[in-house]
Amino acid sequence: MKLFKNVNFDKLKESLSKTRDKIVNRITETISGKVKIDSEILDEIEEILLTSDIGFDTSYQIIEDVKKRLTGEKDRGEAAIMNIVKDVIYDLLISGGSRDEYQPAIETKKPFVILVIGINGVGKTTTIGKLAHNFKSSGLKVIIGAGDTFRVAANEQLEVWAQRAGVEIVKKDKGSDPSSVAYETVQTAVKGNYDVVIIDTAGRLHTKHNLMEELKKINRVIQKVVPNAPHETFLVLDGATGQNAVAQAQEFSSSVPITGLVITKLDGTAKGGAVIQICAKQKQPVRFIGVGEDIQDLQTFSPREFVNALFD
Amino acid sequence: MLQDLSLKFDKILKKVTGQGKLTEKNISDTIREIRRILLDADVNFKVTKEFIESVSIKAMGQEVLASLSPGQLLTKIFFDELVTLLGTENVSLKLNATGVTVIMVVGLQGSGKTTFCGKLANKLKGQGRKPLLVAADIYRPAAIEQLVALGDAISVPVFRLEEKDARKIARESVQEAIAKGHNTVIIDTAGRLHVDEALMKEIVDIKEIVQPQEILFVVDSMTGQDAVNSAKAFHDQVDFDGIVLTKMDGDAKGGCALSIRSVVGKPIKYISNGEKVDALEVFFPDRLASRILGKGDVVSLVEKVQSEFDESEAEELEEKLRKNKFDFEDFLKQIKMIKKMGSLSSIMAMIPGIPAQLKNANIDDNALVRIEAIIRSMTKEERMKPKILNGSRRSRIARGSGTSIQDVNRLVKQFGDMQTMMSRMTKRGGFR
Repeated sequence: MKLFKNVNFDKLKESLSKTRDKIVNRITETISGKVKIDSEILDEIEEILLTSDIGFDTSYQIIEDVKKRLTGEKDRGEAAIMNIVKDVIYDLLISGGSRDEYQPAIETKKPFVILVIGINGVGKTTTIGKLAHNFKSSGLKVIIGAGDTFRVAANEQLEVWAQRAGVEIVKKDKGSDPSSVAYETVQTAVKGNYDVVIIDTAGRLHTKHNLMEELKKINRVIQKVVPNAPHETFLVLDGATGQNAVAQAQEFSSSVPITGLVITKLDGTAKGGAVIQICAKQKQPVRFIGVGEDIQDLQTFSPREFVNALFD
Repeated sequence: MLQDLSLKFDKILKKVTGQGKLTEKNISDTIREIRRILLDADVNFKVTKEFIESVSIKAMGQEVLASLSPGQLLTKIFFDELVTLLGTENVSLKLNATGVTVIMVVGLQGSGKTTFCGKLANKLKGQGRKPLLVAADIYRPAAIEQLVALGDAISVPVFRLEEKDARKIARESVQEAIAKGHNTVIIDTAGRLHVDEALMKEIVDIKEIVQPQEILFVVDSMTGQDAVNSAKAFHDQVDFDGIVLTKMDGDAKGGCALSIRSVVGKPIKYISNGEKVDALEVFFPDRLASRILGKGDVVSLVEKVQSEFDESEAEELEEKLRKNKFDFEDFLKQIKMIKKMGSLSSIMAMIPGIPAQLKNANIDDNALVRIEAIIRSMTKEERMKPKILNGSRRSRIARGSGTSIQDVNRLVKQFGDMQTMMSRMTKRGGFR
């Protein structure tokens, strides 16, 4: 079974074209016409990496790796250097566990429980709508748990997405215990023979201790119904976020085990650095990226295609 | 002239102390560190570069009158420049006393516009205005419901239409406000990407239709390098009047605020934290500056400098030196100041000229204590007119301060040398 067949590389390339302009073209400009790479060019590469939110540490890691790999290379032409930068970034993505061939292991668990977490405004609800749509389109029976019982009209927003995707939703009044929503959703899924359960949670800043504790509780409650669940816990990150994305990934994973990242809003201008940085630093895989407003605008993250799209 | 004089002092200091002066090495270390701090705080790369360049140039011309290490002094300069760049004071909203004031709220998706609109309505209501919230986000599912619920919670009516036409909603909301006696209209527009031409056109049109007094750009404080692009695009399109910074209750440094400020030059008007309706704060540039520089000791350093180093006193001192009226009374004042700062190298910085005369002397803390004791044992007249210090006066001072007459003689001699040097310097216009 092949899920998420909607990966449209042209669209990915298109949405990343600005990133590509920024990273690749500027590297090209820097490098073209110069026979050998010198420290000035590497400084330029540093600038390019930093302006892409790759961050100070990771940028230097990349530069060091490129330098190292260049020492044995006779060919220091533009193309060779490009390939090395590309390889270094690809390796960082891979080191975090990102894989082209990633598939959620839906067949092995039933119900397959997915918990979606993140700070406010990153696009959790939208991502859930898109995920649900994709699972549903793959012929699976899907149910959503409206676990954001805090934000005003969160239920209504998720309900619209559930309708669009044509899936079931479990919700409670605003102010209810989100754990009870999660519990009820998972229980309904078990009884009703559902394939996939997606639990939404309220946006919470990773610095709010009590809200992070609440996440742990949601996790525990889910496990009461389905041991070893949630099978996937996706942390949703805003593609425009800078260095704080690293802190978010760190803090969330210290309260609940994160199995993958979803990077949203990659259809704006030049982003993607956060992806590279988090993969490298926290050894987290990226699983999906959001590249638009439409229900089909969620794509499985492919490190090879991602890097290729950057460097084509 | 004063500036010139300071530079002369600076020269002496550099010669004599070997520290407390801004060597290129000292500055470059600090600059490298500050560059890293700014980049890690999400200040845009170009903004960081330009900021550091301009501040460094300024710093290089600065005199070393403060009792700080070069790194501290430079950090302080950076802090001050950061505060200046962020905007030195809070700029309030332009609210018409009569008629209807229209406030339009714009920004990217998920930046916190709707929540902010609720808070702003609540705040303005508390100030006695009659706000009307306008639900113009016709795209995001349940955005209208969210605003309606927020309005209910604070008892502020929300204008909405069933039709999915943001322009029409905006136009009719103002008519509604006039008809129903609301004097403030807050339009919550949909979040949009700055590269979305159709949606950017929509807010340009809405601006044209409602002619708002204020357009506020809401931005997530966690935004990275791209903040300059989105802010600039919004600014180019609608020329917004102010910035609202959200989610500062997290641990993001908020460096994007600096980027946006320097790119569009508009003031930060509010900090919107959390989802509670009263969580709206005015903006304090110094707080953000210390947050961006990110060091507790920066704040304490700045406080220390601000409380201990009195700019006017330093200028007064210079003036006295220039007129050759520097006496023991001033000397004592300087020593007190130095002691508050707690660093002996401060002598060099605060009392320029002295070190040149004492270059071979070992000044330790005891020496400072002794000097102070000697001066304290002088009468006021003696302090102001050291010339009257004859043998019997000196002997009395030595007894009173628990020092020897040689100690007193040495101090008086050194002080005299210093005065001579000062007068020579001012007459000649400086040393070679």
